Amino acid sequence: MPARKTTGARRAGLIFGDLWEFDPAPETADPKLKARYDLFIGGKFVRPRSGKYFDSINPANEAKLAEIALAGPSDVDDAYRAAAKAFGPWARLPGAERGKYLFRIARLLQDRAREFAVAETMDGGKPIKESRDFDVPMAAAHFFYHAGWADKLEYVAPGGSVAPLGVVGQVIPWNFPLLMLAWKLAPALAMGNCVVLKPAETTSITALKLAELLQDAGLPPGVVNFVTGAGETGALVMGHPSAAKVAFTGSTEVGKAIMRQLAGTDRKMTMELGGKAANIVFDDAPIDQAVEGIVNGIFFNQGHVCCAGSRLLVHEPVAERVITRLKNRIRVLRVGDPLDKNTDLGAINSRAQLATIRRLVASGVREGATMFQPPCVLPKKGFYFPPTLFTGVTQSHRIAREEIFGPVLSVLTFRTVDEAIEKANNTPYGLSAGVWTDKGSRILRMSTELKAGVVWANTFNRFDPSSPFGGYKESGFGREGGRQGLLDYAKLA
Amino acid sequence: MTPTAKSRLPVTKTPKVYIGGAFVRSESSRTFKISGADGAFFANIPQCTRKDLRNAVEAAAKAGPGWARRTPYNRAQILYRLAEMIEARSGELVDSLVLFGARRPDAARGMSVAVDRLIHYAGWADKYEQLLGSVNPVASPHFNFTVTEPMGVVGVIAPDSPPLLGLISMIAPVIACGNTVVALASEKVPYPAILLGEMLATSDLPGGVVNILTGFRRELVPTFATHAHIRAIYASVAGDERKTLRLGAAESVKRVRFTDGRSEWFEASAQGLGAIRDFVELKTTWHPIGS
Repeated sequence: MPARKTTGARRAGLIFGDLWEFDPAPETADPKLKARYDLFIGGKFVRPRSGKYFDSINPANEAKLAEIALAGPSDVDDAYRAAAKAFGPWARLPGAERGKYLFRIARLLQDRAREFAVAETMDGGKPIKESRDFDVPMAAAHFFYHAGWADKLEYVAPGGSVAPLGVVGQVIPWNFPLLMLAWKLAPALAMGNCVVLKPAETTSITALKLAELLQDAGLPPGVVNFVTGAGETGALVMGHPSAAKVAFTGSTEVGKAIMRQLAGTDRKMTMELGGKAANIVFDDAPIDQAVEGIVNGIFFNQGHVCCAGSRLLVHEPVAERVITRLKNRIRVLRVGDPLDKNTDLGAINSRAQLATIRRLVASGVREGATMFQPPCVLPKKGFYFPPTLFTGVTQSHRIAREEIFGPVLSVLTFRTVDEAIEKANNTPYGLSAGVWTDKGSRILRMSTELKAGVVWANTFNRFDPSSPFGGYKESGFGREGGRQGLLDYAKLA
Repeated sequence: MTPTAKSRLPVTKTPKVYIGGAFVRSESSRTFKISGADGAFFANIPQCTRKDLRNAVEAAAKAGPGWARRTPYNRAQILYRLAEMIEARSGELVDSLVLFGARRPDAARGMSVAVDRLIHYAGWADKYEQLLGSVNPVASPHFNFTVTEPMGVVGVIAPDSPPLLGLISMIAPVIACGNTVVALASEKVPYPAILLGEMLATSDLPGGVVNILTGFRRELVPTFATHAHIRAIYASVAGDERKTLRLGAAESVKRVRFTDGRSEWFEASAQGLGAIRDFVELKTTWHPIGS
């Protein structure tokens, strides 16, 4: 949906952005969706024992995309049984052979990248340019990276040896459905584990498309099993007595519930939970680059990012300049049809998430922060929310404390380095942080003091399979990516 | 022992717990009696409360940033110095273990292992970083590296057997990598831990880096579990106590590492990089390369 032309007079300070109208540029590749998706257990698509299915819709227009099987307790049992049966032979397979399966998966995914990107965008609402240029290639990269580890595991734990754990239960969120799946599957499989994974209820389709691809790759049946459904199915996957380890990515609230659920067991866990990252801009920062980084930090994937830079801490001497430029930049963001190649912000993933964002934004207004939203016309159908900036935010405001998981940025200011550190760390979360400054020693000082698992200096929202990702404090524990993440899927001897 | 003209009444020591670099009684003034293996009264031991635990956590939190900022070489030397202090007074520690029922050869061997274990971890202090951290070959023009950082305040719950070797084996890796500790000594044999506190005080370890409480597990374990400033737990516990700790840990997403109480504390396999890895956070920093 192209941004409506408005008069330049209302946009003082803006040089361009309203001079040309964009024509629609929809991506038209066929996502090759099926009308109905069954569970993927033991290498085959099987009907759920209950016979129940639920609808997966396109959040961009609320149209039904497909029916997804609802897995119940006996389906989850079946999946764990299939995985347990596959485990012995898979773990005994020479690492080089296991690795070759993963290399194959990476290649097959690259072959069908555009098709997967379109499916991802239709199912989840993210802009096609992100699923095309980020989610799908990065997912393939994760398989490719971990493939190469499978025959080099003796180098993973210095001074010790590693062995697979067994069957791993995994539950992933809806913000990066295929990428989170790759983050979970690739290291688990490279180490020789088998997997029972549950995708998020609103975004199951690319997992089930990947199941087709796993069949094409000839992956032995049962090594990977997908059970679909909502929270109840997730609890079954996390709580199953046959799981040797569980890995969860999602909200801190659910992560804590899983920790309680498993308190009576010695189950190994990896938790990748919420965040409320500070993005800190100093007065000597390259302001234009910083503004791009701030925009990328909070509006990437509509802000549905656990490590989103949702709290902007800006140095007082440059606060006005940064905020003015930020507003100008936000004015030219294009919100609308996720399949349009020029769209910057697509659809909010679900009606429920839209309600959460609206509730927290209303609290920001109520608590006295000043809201800025650019004039933009949102599509009539579907779930959309304009990019939103709050100034005059204090640390006690809910919008400065709670994870909004939407395109909403809270701006706070600071005067000294110590104050910036104090404010940045003043949160129970500790997933990521950003620092913008031209001073090298200050970058290293900030990086040392910030209690966060990932620090982006003069950049933001960068990811790589070789780069460990994960949180401090209530943002979870364990890492994903790199040698460090791989070790979390191993039994140490 | 009734004094006679020839004998002298020995001066007995009032056992106190070591918190924040000072020797204190429980804020509650509560104590519990302990007797030697022969059944004779030995002393009143502080029966620490939740408040004492909170005070200890405060002391550990205060000492934390300074300890974490010490250079690895300095931490290594301080651990080595601690081993020197204990080696010199190991006779006294062995006697205390024997008094509470240990066989003398076992106690003596345990103390040798404990001293050697401190030296083992002293040597780790400036080496684990190069094995746990990394420079990561990302597919974009960024310099990307992963370093470790201490987690902060770690709660240690020591085994009853071996009480002192177990306690030292659990504290050493945790402080070697820059954390500070609030430890609960063995409930059955607490006195050797009190002696250990006296040796910590004469080593170069800054006050508050290691705090050792005595008391009852059933009273203190729930607070170890739920205290939000304790960022990780290293505990030699089983069954229900494990569950209590895990349930409490869920509330603040605390890290937990358990030993099964049957750990082969005397073996070399009881030490190594694994215990350090469980008490560090990994931080990855990105920076663009170019222009």
